[in-house]
Amino acid sequence: MKYLHDIGEYFIMLKKVFGRMTKTSVMRGLIFKEIDDLIISSLGIVVFISFFIGGVVTIQTALNLNNPLIPKSLIAFTARQSIILEFSPTFISIIMAGKVGSNITSSIGTMRVMEQIDALEVMGINSANYLIFPKIIAMLFYPFVIAISMFMGIVGAYLAGVLGGFVAGEQFLNGLQNDFISFHLVYAFIKTFFFALILATIPAYHGYYMKGGALEVGKASTTAFVWTSVVLIIANYLLTQLLLS
Amino acid sequence: MIEVKNLHKSFGEDEILKGIDTEFYQGKTNLIIGQSGAGKTVFLKCLLGLFKPTEGAIEYNGKAYSSLDNEKQLELRTEMGMVFQGGALFDSMTIAENVMFPLRMFTKQKKAEMMDRVEEVLTRVDLQNVNHKFPSEISGGMQKRVAIARAIVNKPKYLFCDEPNSGLDPKTAILIDNLIQEITKENDITTVINTHDMNSVLEIGENIVYLKDGNLEWNGSKDEIYRTDNKSLADFVYSSNLFKKVREAQLKGL
Repeated sequence: MKYLHDIGEYFIMLKKVFGRMTKTSVMRGLIFKEIDDLIISSLGIVVFISFFIGGVVTIQTALNLNNPLIPKSLIAFTARQSIILEFSPTFISIIMAGKVGSNITSSIGTMRVMEQIDALEVMGINSANYLIFPKIIAMLFYPFVIAISMFMGIVGAYLAGVLGGFVAGEQFLNGLQNDFISFHLVYAFIKTFFFALILATIPAYHGYYMKGGALEVGKASTTAFVWTSVVLIIANYLLTQLLLS
Repeated sequence: MIEVKNLHKSFGEDEILKGIDTEFYQGKTNLIIGQSGAGKTVFLKCLLGLFKPTEGAIEYNGKAYSSLDNEKQLELRTEMGMVFQGGALFDSMTIAENVMFPLRMFTKQKKAEMMDRVEEVLTRVDLQNVNHKFPSEISGGMQKRVAIARAIVNKPKYLFCDEPNSGLDPKTAILIDNLIQEITKENDITTVINTHDMNSVLEIGENIVYLKDGNLEWNGSKDEIYRTDNKSLADFVYSSNLFKKVREAQLKGL
């Protein structure tokens, strides 16, 4: 019953988010601030992780291709498919559930504990719109983060493959272009769009409705991370079934 | 004026407010007092519209809050100022931005006009040279003053304060009490203060509402409180020896 109650409360919150809007001039500033906090500040870690995971995927694939009949260009093909289809959209999103999600839950949760959300409500401000709407809009830029992740993953794969002596540069570039299906990119970005909404709203829900003090803010951040990851994995399966099968 | 008619508020099976009828007067400092768990905070949140009453009505100058449509409720909210127990200042904003916040949200004033008004209210609460500081950089007493400045910057008709002097030293607490009373008189607003502080009760209590177990147990002024024969109220207000002596001195006309 509690899960049903929480799901209902989540949708009520979403209705409130898109209810009475905050003054446009104020909202514009809030959106820019959230883009900086949620998107720009995440680029560093995304670039770092993508670059090295791209390299690791290449090395592992190369070490498992012992058969001389299998062309080396398959290393690049495998790296590309792994990065575009799964690593960048899904696994970067799970990492972002920890980074962005805990940021959202703790910032909103602290405002709840410090009565700042009550202060907004008393002033006649739609607190859900003021706090959550700019985060949702900022997260619409999330596909750019994933595009950068894909690019850096492939750069990492290329450098690890070529500099490690696993594959020649030309072979890698050939493999990268082999059997390229452009719909795979569309599929990846459709997933990313849904993941962005999940990343913005589930942590926001856990912060917005949290009760208690400072200790509960920490617990809410952990719970938000767990539930965001669970919903991401389920959404990933459903979207893959719908779009690729 | 705020009129409260047969106010009930329950959370599930738990009835917190059990039919309160009272009035809060314009131009006076109205106090809600009572022991912890008496229902003071729930009562205040009902007055603010943060909690919807289970039964009964709250009328602001004759208009029942629940009978108003969304737009009118919003309009009424903009006529309210609130000083929260912890100040509830926005950590990411400077003091000037905190005080300016209601003006930015609800007026079309230019920035220079807003800054003039911010300066005016900060001066009124005796705060200077703090505009560019953040809430974490000033003392608790100063934070309360900023909260008062923010609450009055948009010239509200109703001012609500939740334990405005909790956590403050006695001297600062009295300054805050006097400041709230002066602002109430200057602006002829209806001020409602939720407090535990007996100094405040005896200092600025022009209309005191005493709650016990969710019921209105007693209603009167600070002068009447000295002569009260309500045992529960006397036990609550005169629980310390100091206040017992103050009462005896008052009754003897000293």
